[in-house]
Amino acid sequence: MDLKKALTRGDHLVWLTGSALGMCLVMILGMLLVILTNGLGIFWPAALEQVKLRDGSLLAGELTQRQVIPDPDQPTHPEKHRLQFKVGNRDLYGADFRWVDEDQIVERTRPPELYLVERSEYGPLIGTPVRVLDGDKEMASGSGAAAMLDELVARAARDRRTIKAIEKDEIGGVNYTLERIRLDRRKLDYRQKRDPARDFAAERQALDQRETLQKAAYAEAEQKLVKQMESVGSSRVVWKTVDGQEKELRALDIYRAYPANHLGWGGRASVYASRFWAFLSEEPREANTEGGIFPAIFGTVMMVFLMSLAVVPLGVLAALYLREYARQGPLVRTVRIAVNNLAGVPSIVFGVFGLGFFVYFVGGAIDRVFYPEALPTPTYGTGGILWAALTLALLTVPVVIVASEEALAAVPRSMREASLAMGATKFQTILRVVLPAAAPGILTGLILAMARAAGEVAPLMMTGVVKLAPELPMDGFFPFFHLDRKFMHLGFHIYDVGFQSPNVEAAKPMVYTTTVFLLIIVVLLNLTAITVRNHLREKYKTSAF
Amino acid sequence: MEMTEHETRTTAPDSGLRIKTEVKGRDAASAPGSTPDIVCEAVNLAYGENHVLHDITMDMDDRRVTALIGPSGCGKSTLLRCLNRMNDLIDNVRVWGEIRVKGLDINALSTDVIEVRRRVGMVFQKSNPFPKSIYENVIYGLRIAGINDKSTLDEACERSLRGAALWDEVKDRLDESGLGLSGGQMQRLCIARAIAVEPEVLLMDEPCSALDPIATLKIEELIYQLKENYTIVIVTHNLQQAARVSDKTAFFWLGRLVEFGPTAEIFTAPKDKLTEDYITGRFG
Repeated sequence: MDLKKALTRGDHLVWLTGSALGMCLVMILGMLLVILTNGLGIFWPAALEQVKLRDGSLLAGELTQRQVIPDPDQPTHPEKHRLQFKVGNRDLYGADFRWVDEDQIVERTRPPELYLVERSEYGPLIGTPVRVLDGDKEMASGSGAAAMLDELVARAARDRRTIKAIEKDEIGGVNYTLERIRLDRRKLDYRQKRDPARDFAAERQALDQRETLQKAAYAEAEQKLVKQMESVGSSRVVWKTVDGQEKELRALDIYRAYPANHLGWGGRASVYASRFWAFLSEEPREANTEGGIFPAIFGTVMMVFLMSLAVVPLGVLAALYLREYARQGPLVRTVRIAVNNLAGVPSIVFGVFGLGFFVYFVGGAIDRVFYPEALPTPTYGTGGILWAALTLALLTVPVVIVASEEALAAVPRSMREASLAMGATKFQTILRVVLPAAAPGILTGLILAMARAAGEVAPLMMTGVVKLAPELPMDGFFPFFHLDRKFMHLGFHIYDVGFQSPNVEAAKPMVYTTTVFLLIIVVLLNLTAITVRNHLREKYKTSAF
Repeated sequence: MEMTEHETRTTAPDSGLRIKTEVKGRDAASAPGSTPDIVCEAVNLAYGENHVLHDITMDMDDRRVTALIGPSGCGKSTLLRCLNRMNDLIDNVRVWGEIRVKGLDINALSTDVIEVRRRVGMVFQKSNPFPKSIYENVIYGLRIAGINDKSTLDEACERSLRGAALWDEVKDRLDESGLGLSGGQMQRLCIARAIAVEPEVLLMDEPCSALDPIATLKIEELIYQLKENYTIVIVTHNLQQAARVSDKTAFFWLGRLVEFGPTAEIFTAPKDKLTEDYITGRFG
C-alpha cells in the first residue's frame, strides 16, 4: 500500500536522480582531490631516511612507496613488503630509485646532517657537505661548510641571473641582429638577381658595417661572459654521500640545498614556498623533469588570448548575419545545423586541417612571398603559435556562433523597435543597441570557447607545440610578438613529462603538478571572462518588465 | 457589420476643447487643428492572406490629439504603426492606399523610411528605454543622426526632459541607467527620447496601460502640453482617457473605421449603434 503510494508519488525517481547527481559530484571531487594531493605534495620537503642494510651497506633517500612483494608461492607472501627510496645521486648510482626488501633493513634513522641538493644535472644529490673550496683554497669544512651553504646558494642564484642576462640579452640580442643581417644580405642577393642592372654596393656596405659592429659587440659580450664564469666558477662544494663517495659540485650548479630532517615547520614551509614559486617562474631543466613550467604557462595563456582575438570577431559576425540579416528558411536552418555539428568534429581533424591549410598552404605562401630569403628554412611554413591559435579558433567558433545567436535572439524586440522608431537604420540599431545588450551572452560563448581551447592538445601537436621552446613567443626584440615561433603548452607538457621523458618515474609528480596548474590557468581565464561578463550584465541589464 | 462612412472631414475646431479648457484652462487656439496633418486615404493592410485594415480614410489634425479606440484586435495599433511604417519590420505585410504626413506620401518608393520615422516619433505600450544612461537615452536620436557636439546634445537633453516633465526629477542623475527609473518615469523618458529629434507627429501606442493611476495622470497632463507643438495620435483602451485627452476620437471595429468625430460627440451622442454599445460598456 505505502510502497505503491510512494511509487506513484515518484519517490524512487527522486532517489535515482539524486544518487546520479551524487555520483557525479563524488567523481568530480575525487578527481580534484587526487590531482591536488598528488600535485601540491611534491613541494613539501620529505624526510631523508638513512637505511642500514643487513650486509652493512648504507643508503639514504626519501621514502616514496611501500609494496607487497609479489611472490604468491611463498607462504609469507602477504606479509612481506619492500620499500622504494628516492636515493638521487644518479651520477654516482646510475638510477634515482632503489627498492629495498623490508626484511633486509637493520635500522632506519633520520640524521639531521643529511642535505638534499637540487642541482643543474643528474637529479638531486643526497649527502653531507664536507668542504667548501675556492680555487685551490679550502674556505671551510665540516659544520663550517654547512653554515656557508645558504650564502653560497643565494650567491649562485644571483650569478646565474647575471650570466643568463649576458647570454640572453646581450649575446642573444647580437645573435638576433646578426641573423637578420644575414637574411638582409640574402634579400639583397635576391633583388640583385631580379634586377641585375642595379648597384646594391651601398646597401651591402652598410650591412657589412653593421655586421662588423655587431661582431665586435659579440666578442665583447663573450669576453664579459668568460670573465664572469671565471670569477664565479671557482667556488665549489664537496659532498659526501652516506656510502662514503665524494662528489664535487660547482656552487654555480646548486639551485637549492636544505637539511630536510633538521628543518622545523617554518623552514619546511619556506622551502615549500620557494619550490612552488620556482616551479611557477622558472624554465624547465633536464628534459623537463626538473625546474619550472613558466614557458608552458606563458604559451598556454598567450595561445588562448590569440585564439580569443580571432574567434570572437569571426563568430559574432557570422552569428549577426545568421540571426539579423539572413532570411530565415531551410537554407539558414541547414547552415545552423552544420555549424552545430562542427562542434562535434574530433579535434585531431581540426589539427590535420590546420597543418594542411594554415601551416603548409597559407604559411608556405607567406614564406614564398615575404620570406623567400630564408628558404628553405620555413618562417611561417612550419608550426607556430599563430597557426595553433587559428586552428583552435576554428575548433571553437561553433560554440561562439551558437552562444552569440542565442544572445542576439534574446535582445527584446521592444528595444529594437524603440531604436528603429527613432529613425535608426538596422545597422545603427545592431551596433548601438543589440550588440551591447547581447555582449554578456557573447562572452558566455567566449568563456566556453576558452575553456575548450585551453585544454585541447591534439590539434596543437600538429600545428606548433613543442616539448621545449628555447624562446618565448613574446620578448624584447622587435617586433616583440613572434607569432611564427613554436611554443610550449601545459596540456602537451603533461603528456611529454609523463610519458616521453627519459626519467618517467622521477617526473611522475610533475605530471600532477602541471595538471594542477593547467586547471588553475583554465579557472583563472574563465574567472576573468566571467567577471567581465557580470560587469557588462550589470551595465546592460534589460528592463525588468 | 455596417461600415459607417466617416462623417467628419470638418476643419473647424472641435468641441473636445471643452474638456481641455476645463482641465487645463487653456484657450482655444485658432491655428492648431485648422489643417489636417496626417491624411489617410483608403488605407488597407494585409498580413499575407489576412486582411486587417479595410479602407481607412481619416485625417489627424495639426496640433490636436486624435484617439483611436476599439476592442483588442480591431486594427487600431496596426493603423498607428502604419503611420511611421513600423509594419515594414514584419514579413509579408502589404499596405495600399495613401498616407500623407504634412504632404509627404510616406509609402512612396522615393520616400526614405528613416526620414519618415524621424518626422513621426513613437512611444510604445511598454516603456522601452535602452540599457544606457538617462542622458544617452534622450540623445539617442541625435547620436544616430551624427550629432556629437556636446553643447548641442546637452541643450537637447535638457529641453527634451523638460518637455517630458522629467527634468526636475532626473537632472542630478543623468548618468544613471534609464532602467533605474520608475515605470511612469521610464515612459516619460521614452517620450523625451521621442521628442528630442523634434518630430512633427507623436504616435502613442497605449502609453499608460502599464502605469498606475498617478503616473497615468502625469502622462495625460504631459499630452496636453505636448499638443502645443506636436500632432498626437494615441491608441488607448481606456475610454475615460480618450475622453480626457483627445480632441477627436475614432472608433474601430474589426479593421474598419466605424465612427470618427469630435470626442465630445462620440462620447455623448454617437451616431452608430456599435459605438454606443462599445462606449457604454456593452461589449469590448
